[in-house]
Amino acid sequence: MANFSSFYFTGAEILLSLAGLVLLMLAAWSGDRSARLVTALACAALIGGAIFSYDLLTNPSYELGGDAFGGLYRMDAFGSFAKILVFLASAACLVIAPRYFEERGGYRGEYPVLILFNAVGMSMMVSAVDFITLYIGLEMSSLSSYVLAAFLRSDQKSAEAGLKYFVLGALASGILLYGISLLYGFTGSTTFIGVGAAMAGDLSTGQLFGIVFVLAGLAFKISAAPFHMWTPDVYEGAPTPVTAFFATAPKVAAVALTARVAMEVFGSQSDAWRQIVMTAALLSIVIGALGAIGQENLKRLLAYSSINNVGFILLGLVVANEAGAAAMLVYLFIYVAMSLGSFVGLLMLRDTEGNLYETFADISGLSTTRPLMAWCLLLLMFSLAGIPPLLGFWAKFVVFQATVEAGLVAFGAIAIAASVIGAFYYIKFVKVMFFDEPAGVVTGKGGRGHWAVLAICTLIVSPLGYLLTPALDVLAGKAAAALLIAS
Amino acid sequence: MGEDAFVIQLLSFYLFAFMVIASAVMVIMARNPVHSVLWLILAFFNAAGLMVLLGAEFIAMLLVIVYVGAVAVLFLFVVMMLDIDFAELRAGFVRNFPLGLLVALILFVELFVGLVAYNAGGLVPDSAAAAAQAAGAIDAGGASMSNIEAFGALFYERYLFLFEAAGLILLVAMIGAIVLTHRRRPDAQRSQQDIGRQNRRRPGDATVMKQPKVGEGVAL
Repeated sequence: MANFSSFYFTGAEILLSLAGLVLLMLAAWSGDRSARLVTALACAALIGGAIFSYDLLTNPSYELGGDAFGGLYRMDAFGSFAKILVFLASAACLVIAPRYFEERGGYRGEYPVLILFNAVGMSMMVSAVDFITLYIGLEMSSLSSYVLAAFLRSDQKSAEAGLKYFVLGALASGILLYGISLLYGFTGSTTFIGVGAAMAGDLSTGQLFGIVFVLAGLAFKISAAPFHMWTPDVYEGAPTPVTAFFATAPKVAAVALTARVAMEVFGSQSDAWRQIVMTAALLSIVIGALGAIGQENLKRLLAYSSINNVGFILLGLVVANEAGAAAMLVYLFIYVAMSLGSFVGLLMLRDTEGNLYETFADISGLSTTRPLMAWCLLLLMFSLAGIPPLLGFWAKFVVFQATVEAGLVAFGAIAIAASVIGAFYYIKFVKVMFFDEPAGVVTGKGGRGHWAVLAICTLIVSPLGYLLTPALDVLAGKAAAALLIAS
Repeated sequence: MGEDAFVIQLLSFYLFAFMVIASAVMVIMARNPVHSVLWLILAFFNAAGLMVLLGAEFIAMLLVIVYVGAVAVLFLFVVMMLDIDFAELRAGFVRNFPLGLLVALILFVELFVGLVAYNAGGLVPDSAAAAAQAAGAIDAGGASMSNIEAFGALFYERYLFLFEAAGLILLVAMIGAIVLTHRRRPDAQRSQQDIGRQNRRRPGDATVMKQPKVGEGVAL
């Protein structure tokens, strides 16, 4: 049962939980004055978790991973890779938050604490090898997400986003649980290995329904079409630092979870789940590209962009081999950098009083008033559009390569066509910034934390990011191999 | 088990069962909603007694602690805060009675169908039986191990990790509820009494003496 290695393998979760509890006490006793201190410590804890996971990922003695707590949890390269991404993205979303909230009725220590518990839930999700662990991790992450979406409770839009997210999220959790209970009922096990083994051979109708429900519930969490409807509303209403968080860390965790469930549980029934994931992938790519065209609000636009990107990530999963899984992980890494960068860019579109401007009309002529920011946004947008030589192109390239090598040429072609359509609104973004009359409303300056995150993200997506690719390839390959070994 | 013990068990079963049904009927028959909740508490208690007879003492304890201790008291608070028009309540009851009857009928048929299906067998797949056997390490002790010990062994050994994580979820829910509802009210502070100020106050601060002439008003 629980021995030392169990506790060591779950070290990141334990570290973050303890940090969350201690910081909660600190925030409760010293009030909102300590909010910035709590944020800094939470950041340190998240980076500590990332370093710990990196150590597990690269340490040769843990090459094969290991089970913890009697097969409820598995430490392996795949989980560690996803955890590093999740923790770093969460830490970045802490760095950009204090100033935003201070300008809107006060920053509070509960924000970093909720992010920490969210991170605990997400890291349980990516390491889950039992449906109960999966569900508990997912709920921990979702519950804190609902609260974060409504964190600016005096703001009507934020409260609405929180409520909407809560109601729809609860519905999705219900669907997921129903699927899990069907799988349990028809296979007699809750562990991934047990369910997978029981599903080998002929698939019964009940099991098929289980697969459909589980995938539908997970598709909601990663906001893949046709379960994407909540995304634009919630992304628009939630406070911008929270939106940046939603678009990155929970998405990485949910995608990793979906990949693990698809490969390890449904591995023997690849015909069944690949159809579903493929449909979701293509729909997401097309809806993400077309839906964004009419948007005036930049947060909504980026929400559709994230739906579109999830489609590409799922395309890597559909391939269902090591190259596909590695391509998916590489895409996830680059997506996190691009997404984080663009949301931080939006966060910096402000006047001197801190009011945010987030429509196309507000950014017109940004290149003359704020040239540095405009150039950063240009790189990020071109990267999202997949224009070479930026790193976003490479992300799309590896996914297409894996798709074509697996013989799914038609799907690759549809995805490329949709990404050309999608390029329209990214380029419109740049055109408005560089060639329209200056609107001159963006007069405020971003904070140091904002600039730091924006600079790092821009550097990653710029051609300099190719320096990272050899190391990224090795780590993603290792993680993908771990996923495939287990299945 | 001796004959006497059997009779006692039988008698207490009928007692508990009768009381559960009688108090459940009273829950919906009582005019006063507060009385309804009190009848509900009685029903929970008797259901707990039935569970003890079944040998499921853990569920019995849960019923008393969670349902009677927390949920029913919460109900009581909610009901007491309601401002109910009793006449309207009864009119609604009559109007909705056929619908309620239909729902009850459906639930009953479902229950019946489920029972028939279970008796027909074949619902349990082989793998489930195998898994049940594999889990036998804990279940096998059924005869010697009490329910509570079995639950404890599962919660704190096999599912320790998830048990603790579930605790964290509850903590997150609590933080969320507080974050979304708690606010420091400066006006609440102001409405509190300030004894020092009250003591410093003199009649001259608050009252003015006027001696108006007859036929003239007072300029305020």
